[in-house]
This record gives sequence, C-alpha cells and structure tokens, in this order.
Amino acid sequence: MTSIPPEQPGENGHKALRPLDIERGERLLYRLTEFGRLLWESGISVGPQQLLDLAETLNEIDITSKEDFYYTLKCSLLNKHELEPVFEQMYHYFWFVRDNPRRKKEKPGSQVRKQEQAFRLPPSERKRLAEHMNASEARRDMQRASQPTQKQRSELSEAKAKDDDLGDPQAYAYSAIERLRQKDFEHYTWEEIQEAKRLMADMRWNLGMRRTRRKAPARRGSYLDMRRLVRHNLKYGAEMVELTRREIKYKPRPLVIICDISGSMSLYSRLLLHFIHTISNGLQNVEAFVFGTRLTRITHQLKRRDVDEAVRDVSKSVQDWSGGTRIGDALHIFNQRWARRVLGRGAVVLIISDGWDRGESEVLQVEMDRLQHSCHRLIWLNPLLGAPDYRPLTMGMKTALNFIDDFLPAHNLDSLISLGNILSTIDDSRPVRNAYARRKAVEAWTRRKVPQDW
Amino acid sequence: MQELPTFATVEDVQRALYALDYIADRPLATAIFLALKRRKPLLLEGEPGVGKTEVAKVLAGILQTNLIRLQCYEGIDVSTAVYEWNYTRQMLHIRLMEASGAAQHQEELKEIFGPDFLIQRPLLQAIDPANAKPPVLLIDELDRSDEEFEAYLLELLSDFQITIPEIGTIQAKEPPFVIITSNRTREIHDALRRRCLYYWIDYPTIEKEFSILLARQPQAPEQLARQVCAFVSELRSMDLYKAPGVAETLDWISSLLALDQLELVEGPVRDTLGALLKYQDDVLKVGGSDLGKLIQKIKGAFRS
Repeated sequence: MTSIPPEQPGENGHKALRPLDIERGERLLYRLTEFGRLLWESGISVGPQQLLDLAETLNEIDITSKEDFYYTLKCSLLNKHELEPVFEQMYHYFWFVRDNPRRKKEKPGSQVRKQEQAFRLPPSERKRLAEHMNASEARRDMQRASQPTQKQRSELSEAKAKDDDLGDPQAYAYSAIERLRQKDFEHYTWEEIQEAKRLMADMRWNLGMRRTRRKAPARRGSYLDMRRLVRHNLKYGAEMVELTRREIKYKPRPLVIICDISGSMSLYSRLLLHFIHTISNGLQNVEAFVFGTRLTRITHQLKRRDVDEAVRDVSKSVQDWSGGTRIGDALHIFNQRWARRVLGRGAVVLIISDGWDRGESEVLQVEMDRLQHSCHRLIWLNPLLGAPDYRPLTMGMKTALNFIDDFLPAHNLDSLISLGNILSTIDDSRPVRNAYARRKAVEAWTRRKVPQDW
Repeated sequence: MQELPTFATVEDVQRALYALDYIADRPLATAIFLALKRRKPLLLEGEPGVGKTEVAKVLAGILQTNLIRLQCYEGIDVSTAVYEWNYTRQMLHIRLMEASGAAQHQEELKEIFGPDFLIQRPLLQAIDPANAKPPVLLIDELDRSDEEFEAYLLELLSDFQITIPEIGTIQAKEPPFVIITSNRTREIHDALRRRCLYYWIDYPTIEKEFSILLARQPQAPEQLARQVCAFVSELRSMDLYKAPGVAETLDWISSLLALDQLELVEGPVRDTLGALLKYQDDVLKVGGSDLGKLIQKIKGAFRS
C-alpha cells in the first residue's frame, strides 16, 4: 500500500487536527470546491459533477472519521494510479498544512520541503505544488519573461517577410528549403533551427492502418449485416432481395517513440524532441519516452500545443539530460512497466539512438529481443547513419541490429520525410524475423560500401 | 421488488465480505460501501491476479443477487453486448405468415420485432425491469474493448436505459451495481473514469495474503502457508517480468498440498514453479542456483 494516513501534523507535538472539526456545512462545500480546484491545477482532472457527487457521497459516511473521509475523497476524486502520490500530498497540504492556524511559524516552505522529501514526488509535480504555494507569482513572472520572446518572434517573421520581397522569392525559398532539408542537423545555425522547426510543424503524418475486429456497415463488404437485412427486406415479404453488408474497420496503429537524450546525442536531441512533438500532435495514439541512464515518459508534457513550452516542460522533468547511456536498462524498464500498457493493438516502435551504450550487451540483447517480439514493427533511427562511411560497429548497435526491422537515418529533414513515407506504408504483413534474415541484414550493414563520390 | 441486504457502516461491508472468504482492507471496503450506497460504478484497476473480478463475485454473494458478467474483447458490439434479434426465427415467421396469407399487411409483419424475437445480452439483462433485484453487473477487462464500446458504455452508465428502435426505451427499475475491471493494457478514457469510483488494488501484504490463504485453503498447514507468503512476497520484490498475483499464490499452495508438502523444500518448489511464474525467463531467474538459498533464508527468518 502506498497510502499514507493523513496524520503527519501529530508528529509536531500537538494533537492531529481532524479536517472536519473546523469544517462543516457550507464552509465544507466551499473547501471541497477549493480542494477540487487545487487538484485540477496539479493535473488530476476533477470536474464539477464529481464534486457535487462527492458532496452527496459524504452524507453516507461518518465524516468525523478522518480515515473514512480520506478514503472517500480518494476514491471519488482520484482516478489514476500514477497520480496517487500527488493526490496524497495535495490532500495533506490542503487539509492539514495550508490554513492550519496552529501550525508553528516556520520559514515559508521549509515544512513543505520536508514532506516533499518523504513523498519523493517527480520534479514536475513538485514544481506544480511550489507554483501553487507561491500564489501564482511564479506564473506571472513566467508570463512577463515570455513576452519579449513573442516580440522577438514577430520581428523575426517581419524580417523574413522583407527577405521574401527581394529577387525571385519563390525560387529562392524553394532552393533554400531544399538545401536545408539535406543539411545535417549537426551543422545547423540558430536561424536554420528555427526554420526547420517551422518546416517540421508543417509535416503531415499518417501511420499504417491495422485491421481491427470491429465491423461497420458498408455498401460493399464481405460480411452480411443481418440486423439491417431483415428490416430492409420486410417490404418484399419473405424474400431477401436487397443484401446489406458489413466490412472490417481499419484504424491507425499506435506509435511508441523511445528517444535517446544522452551526451552523445546532445547535438540532435533538441531538434528530435521538436520532431517528436510534431509527430505526437499529428497522430492519434502516440506515446513518447526519453532515456539516458533512466527512462522517462514524456507523453503528457508533449500534449502542450506550443513546441517551446512542451520542450521546456520535458527538460524540467528529465533528470539525466546529456548524461551516460544505458540502453539495455532503459529498455528493461520499458518492457517491464510500459510494454503491456502501450504496446497493445499492434504498435509500431521507434527507437532513436546512436547506439553508444555503456551498459552490458547481454541485457540489451535480451531486452531488444523481447521488445521486438511484443511490437508489430521495430524501427531504429540512427542520426550517425547519415554519414555514408558509418558502419554499426559499436557494441550496442551491433547487438541491437539483430532485432531491428528497419534501420534508418535521422540526421536531416529529408530522412525524417522518408521516415514518414515508410510509416504510412506499414500494413498488416509481418516483417520477416527469422535467424537467416537477421544475419543477412547485419552483414549487409557491416559490409556497407562507401559510395565512390564520397 | 425484493429487499436487498443493507449495510450501515464500512465495517459491516468488511464483515460480510469476510464471511464469504474475501479479505478486504479498509480502503477497498470503503470504496465498495460507497459504490453500494451511491449506486455508482466502481472501477477497479491493478495487476492481474489480485482479485478484481472476485470483488464482483463476492458482492453478488453478499447482496444475494445475480451476477451478470460481460467479458470485453476487441470489437465487442451492440449485438454481442446488448441485444440481438433472432434472425432465423424472424425469417421462419415471415414465411409462415406468408403461407397463411397474413403477410399482406405491413402492420402484422412488424410483429417480428417484438420481445419474443429479442435475444438479451448481458447489458440488457442487467437493466431488465423484470429483474426481481438489481443484479451485479461485472464489466470485465474493459481495457480490451475499443473506444467505440467505451463510448456506448458511457451513455449506458449515466442513465441505465437502452433504446431499441423497434420496441422503445427500456429502463432499469433500479440501477444495477456495476463493477468495471481493467488491466491497463489501454488507458480508459477520462470521461468514463469521472463517472466511477476508483480503486487500485495492490499486491497484498504478507499478513493479508496469509489470511487470504487461510480463508481459501483452510486445510493448509500454518507453517507452509506462512512460508509460501514470505516466498511470494520475496518474489514480488525481485525484478520479474510478471510478479505472481494472489491467484497464483493460491494455485501454488494447492499444488504443494497435492504433493503432500508440509514446508518449502527445494525439489518440489522447483517442480511447481510453473504454478507461480508464467514466463520462462522468470522461471529461469528464480529457479536458478539461488533458489535453495532463498528458501533457507525464509526458513531462517521464521526460526529466529
């Protein structure tokens, strides 16, 4: 059990305060609404209907029992297991710490910090709590800080508009874009990064479809639609004259992206995050993870519409930015914690990494094998593959190569566009994964010829 | 309508569950109590084998009412979850009417869409006004179904009525008790979560698991049961692909009992690991050279 009975203040020497000694009637309703708002701000989605329901639910229990009060609030307002620590902390903070008159005058925040250590919230949640406690000052500061950038941005676009007026704008823009598309991300200047971000935002993604088990009415289909059949043909008496049909429904596959953000990838990781952001906003079912020495899920952070805000959010919640790499360990955690949750329904997995691994290759081998078996298609994007003389010789890459269905470059915009084309052609046929095909593929990559004009 | 047993306090629920050999701790009992009082659906999540489905079964037991179970799968639709017309009968009936000359009138043909030709599926059964008592409706493994079905369920759970175009709207006299379980192979949509009470069933503590074993396998010797619980909890702290749930523990102890074991001995433990672990990698990991040491460690802990 992770639940912590709400009685921490007792440790400070005075009797633990029962939440409802002081809260009754309308005051309680008001407090509940406030609490709901706090939860909402900290990422637990609580609606007004739930609060109304809760108010009625509270009639059923003995609200002077703080245990029952706590469990009731928890099972009515919380609805995701991952958010349990957040809920517990918020509950404790709201009902016992925030407005408690008997609380000792301490330095602001010190008690909270103590609790935080006990709960070990993820940094992003800790930040949210801190934000709330500092009474939205932090937020106002942030807004103030972001205003100049907006101005900058508009200046930038004006400047661009002027540029376009010179000479033959269309041809110029076209060839510039063409050049940009083939340039390695590594050599980008700041302006080019901005331009690339814009181009990426314009990309449209579509992922191969998967045959589902659901059938929908269709004019031409392979299955009879009995329900409509009888009703439609009633007018003809006993003869079934018009046949009605159903056809299998197709749905896009889920996509799971696992991106390496360790030190060796640092030149690419920021742009790749932008890429992941556009792809996860352009497709329906995308889960995203990043790893260095540990694995972090960033799906929620990427839900923000604005790229820069989303990337800022991601970098706040990731602790091992530009550190070492342990691909095997990261994949182990993924296989154990997440695979069952996100790899259902024929998912396509995209690993983005240069294959520099400091972990043991045995671990990587086992985990890659497992991962390949639990997904429909395993694609590995390697930014180094853009160089024509690159060969997968590092231990990590060599090991992983055995279990990859597609090994593709990811060093410039063109390579991302061709990735998009490959994603859209994924169908129901399974890639060949026998030992012979694997050996062939590995050999082909290691004996790759350097082109003559290089 | 017959009277349902009522429960005044959370303890009453806990006691009633215990009488049916289900050990529920306070938070879970609170959630069940509130689900009964407020007649709200209860969404249970947790690792496989921790007794989510069992909650619905014992709930039907303590309420002395029917359990209606709907096992979800991908592509589950109205005709398998709610209702279906008996087409064969409908067609035969049309033929019969035609033979007797009655088929001339459109009005009479309409009667093939009457209640006699309707096949009730679980959801319709659960809200059938003819039910003497509101049943317990178990919607099992909702994560296996798809978004379309979830959307339909959302509609059903808010007003407990089903509209059949040819017959009209069927409304439950009293809403059923709904238990929804999920293994989280897909995220259940927030809109549905908001309508439910939520409870995460965790792996039990050693003491709780011990009392579950005693309740379910009363013939098991106490020493064996204690060692089994300690062993299983040790396994759960290991880095396994699939840690054993309570269901596996119960399976395992009955296998050990079938082999007439009184305490954990390395040989039989190794032979019966398959009842506990369901992946070859895990069996290799646990059944490796350290198995003997692990058993010694557990026995040592009890001696001291």
